[in-house]
Amino acid sequence: MVITPAIRSGLAAGWPICLGYIPIGLALGVLAQKAGLHPVDVGLMSLLVFAGSAQFIGISMLTAGAGSIAVILTTFVVNLRHLLMSASLAVHLQRLPKGILALYAYGVTDESFAVNLTRFRGGGWDWRPALTVNTISNFTWIASTVLGCYAGELIPAGALGIDYALTAMFICLLIFQLRSPIHVLAAIISGALAVTLSLWMKGNLYVVLASVATATICLFLPGGKAGAGVKEE
Amino acid sequence: MNQESLLLLTFAGMGAVTYLPRWLPLHYLSEKRLPRWFESWLDFIPAAILSALLLPSLVTGGQPRSLDFTKPELIVALPTLLFALKTKSLGGTVLVGMVLFWFAGMLAG
Repeated sequence: MVITPAIRSGLAAGWPICLGYIPIGLALGVLAQKAGLHPVDVGLMSLLVFAGSAQFIGISMLTAGAGSIAVILTTFVVNLRHLLMSASLAVHLQRLPKGILALYAYGVTDESFAVNLTRFRGGGWDWRPALTVNTISNFTWIASTVLGCYAGELIPAGALGIDYALTAMFICLLIFQLRSPIHVLAAIISGALAVTLSLWMKGNLYVVLASVATATICLFLPGGKAGAGVKEE
Repeated sequence: MNQESLLLLTFAGMGAVTYLPRWLPLHYLSEKRLPRWFESWLDFIPAAILSALLLPSLVTGGQPRSLDFTKPELIVALPTLLFALKTKSLGGTVLVGMVLFWFAGMLAG
């Protein structure tokens, strides 16, 4: 395989995601194996769905005897937040062939969104390294979940603090988003709303509600429309 | 229908409802110039969504969820945040956060 500059940039940007996916994928494999799923089923699930929290919830529900329709509907609600992420990414993926967009869409996760959006905004980033980030994340996820079925329990829990990799990544990526006072305000409002709503609501729909409410509020704040700096670079 | 094909059908259904929200905005929004207000609105989404994903994981826990300001995730988050602010290095922050969390786990026994 030829390592093009785009692939090299994608690897350099995406390795923290892969590091973070490994413990979560292994844990999912352990759960799935306990639920009686065959490793091939787990691999197919990770390939078809590619969404961590939804897969955890799906396996738990199936183990508890839930029906397919209930599992699918829950998955839809849990993953609805990607709608907002893809809308934000669309600004940076203008006028690409529909096939590339369809392929790109498959790899939109919380983590790949956060990494790629930050890079797009920083400039010097296009769909090629971005798709590399999505793809290595995808491979790591599928491989870790399958491996977890076989060897998940052999790896000591909490080793090397690897469980904190994604949290630390999100902390840093959130810092990168705070480009102006109004963005700081957006993060504060959204965080407060999300915490409050999460205490009232089951599931994770609070992520969507808090984000939509916050973006709407910020639009009406002084400087919200003009000062947001849609295209700064 | 046997158990195995029902399982795979369920996974396919989960995959379809996950893919659609990922694909529809890219397919429909990437070809046209968006209204200015909508671009401004979208400009707030990354900060809002990352904060909404992160903060509840730091300060809430349990089933049903309740506030908990004593989690090691939160305590480690503060030095991790300072490191991120200071260095602006994603990889460095990830490694520092991991090491601190590892130590926190060992201290807690």
